Amino acid sequence: MNISTVSRSGWTREQIAEQVAGDIADGSYVNLGIGMPEMVSKFVPNGREFIYHTENGLLGMGGTPKAGAVDLDLINAGKKPVTIVPGASFFHHADSFAMVRGGHIDVCVLGAMQVAENGDLANWSTGEPDAIPAVGGAMDLVAGVKTVYVMTQHVTKDERFKLVEYCSYPLTGSGVVDRVYTNLAVIDVTDRGFMLNRLAPGVTYEEVCEATGAKVHIGKTEGINTNA
Amino acid sequence: MSVSVLNTCFDAVSSIREGSTVLIGGFGEAGSPVELIHALIDHGVRDLTVVNNNAGNGEVGLAALIKNRQVRKMICSFPKSSRSTVFEQLYRSGSIELELVPQGTLAERIRAGGAGIPAFFTATSIGTQLAIGKESRRFKDSRDYVLEFGIQADVALIKCATADEKGNLTFNKTARNFNPIMCTAALETIVQASEIVKAGEIDPECVITPGVFVNKLVHVPSPVSESQLIEDGISYP
Repeated sequence: MNISTVSRSGWTREQIAEQVAGDIADGSYVNLGIGMPEMVSKFVPNGREFIYHTENGLLGMGGTPKAGAVDLDLINAGKKPVTIVPGASFFHHADSFAMVRGGHIDVCVLGAMQVAENGDLANWSTGEPDAIPAVGGAMDLVAGVKTVYVMTQHVTKDERFKLVEYCSYPLTGSGVVDRVYTNLAVIDVTDRGFMLNRLAPGVTYEEVCEATGAKVHIGKTEGINTNA
Repeated sequence: MSVSVLNTCFDAVSSIREGSTVLIGGFGEAGSPVELIHALIDHGVRDLTVVNNNAGNGEVGLAALIKNRQVRKMICSFPKSSRSTVFEQLYRSGSIELELVPQGTLAERIRAGGAGIPAFFTATSIGTQLAIGKESRRFKDSRDYVLEFGIQADVALIKCATADEKGNLTFNKTARNFNPIMCTAALETIVQASEIVKAGEIDPECVITPGVFVNKLVHVPSPVSESQLIEDGISYP
């Protein structure tokens, strides 16, 4: 496998979401980023319940409303209509971000443009001069949420590294990422750098290394395909 | 000073002066006081600094205020959406200033401003472009924190669900968002309420914003939906 086939290898987006959901404990307060991370909510393992936080003032967010049941005053951070589950609560923005910044949210799952081996995350701006900068709540989430997971394709659409030694894009936070879930593997960010946690079916450690712009260390479980 | 109930949105905003800093509630269109914003366009004062999470959609509400060239500077966290073309064009041509603030820092700056707290330290944005030039300090937990300043504004434009004659407010679902904290952080807080009831008709246990934070009330019984206006191809004025 060379890098050009990497984007088609390993887990599908749904399967990546399933890997993430499987690693989140029952009863966790969870914030899912816009886009791919939202799929995590479709793969909550049987017997577990996650309580979803959305930055615009709702804890206990449910799924998308049925047609005809849309309420424009009930939206998520992506400004899409949502529903609530029993036990939900509404609150203002300062309370919402006290939950985030005060360490009360257990897990957030975010997308990434780049993740560096020291846990630096870049996911808000390409830094291009004509780009409209927009950060939203990303910097607050990575600064305050207890566990920060990143969910992303392993390489960009034009086959450049996303897991790198140093981020070239503007940072969202420094040393904040705990674990990266890609189509090829689950990789922990440790004091030593990237550490392989598990491989997608049919993917080898060597292939992950080839598709990664920084060293990927292996621990005791090296090469074990936990999902074969 | 106790709250006054005004007949029209125009009456309510007519005291706003050129060069004011204006907090505008809402997150996207949820909780956005569109009728008050349109009255501010009719009023016509310019050189405003506007604080909102976003920078408007289509050519109604906040986007229309920006298009009418009344806004000198936006302070916001996310000035982008699929329909935020007005802001984007003016920003690219250098015709409007932008102070980009992380959403939680924006909320806390408003909360602090309303609580008489001039500045605070936060971990958000440390090590990023948005912390460049800002004072930072390491505390006992060995983490670095950035100094951010509270926001105190001249005016807040607020949308609520129900108000009573004393200015006590309740909100609807996620239309609450920035509205309650913005009520606290302005010299004059102007509220459009879908319903105004007699004092005592809101359970004191359920009041979200106490009337002390509110100055002017206007009854706007059936507020417009920003997305509906956009769908109908309407631009204001």
